[in-house]
Amino acid sequence: MNVISEIVVGALVLIGALLTVVTMIGLIRLPDTYTRSHAASKSATLGVLFILVGCLLYFWIDTGHISARLILAIVFVFITSPIAGHLLGRAAYYSGVPLSDKTVRDDLKTKQQKKLTHHE
Amino acid sequence: MLDIFLNVSLLLISASTIGFVYRVVKGPSTADRAMALDAIGINIIAITAIISIIFRTQAFFEVILLLGIIAFVGTVAFSKFLEKGEVIEYERDQ
Repeated sequence: MNVISEIVVGALVLIGALLTVVTMIGLIRLPDTYTRSHAASKSATLGVLFILVGCLLYFWIDTGHISARLILAIVFVFITSPIAGHLLGRAAYYSGVPLSDKTVRDDLKTKQQKKLTHHE
Repeated sequence: MLDIFLNVSLLLISASTIGFVYRVVKGPSTADRAMALDAIGINIIAITAIISIIFRTQAFFEVILLLGIIAFVGTVAFSKFLEKGEVIEYERDQ
């Protein structure tokens, strides 16, 4: 490990940790379940991806070969985290979690009303 | 040099995990709690990766994979339970 690779790996890990702190601020401060889901699914995924890429780079430089398990973990987290966020938002909407007071429009509600009137 | 970066990152991630625990305890709805638990699982993956850099071992990579899979499956099962009241549904048409 020379100095420049240490700096690159450290910077990647630190960027990931800062994105996780951004997630924490969003999850505490935002007013609504749906906006909180926005914070939790996007920036948490990006933060853990930065940290895992830093880990992959460190072991690539350290041992000389790429760990396939870590690539698998990166791809898996990258695919499944938005799916989990989408499913949670959908479950929250259909189980009747109210929207925030500052919400301007609710596209899903108008779409469902249109479908109901169409059936009648 | 690298140790300072890694320790500061561990500290930041632990502090944000405490923030997620606040959301789990307080969260007005159950979906908030499930969402914060999912984020805690993702944070545990990040902590495991940083600890494997600090210990210079590749033994924890299976732990990373398994934590990712278990967090995803748990979140999907919980959201299905929240939406329909059952995890495995037998009648596909609603």
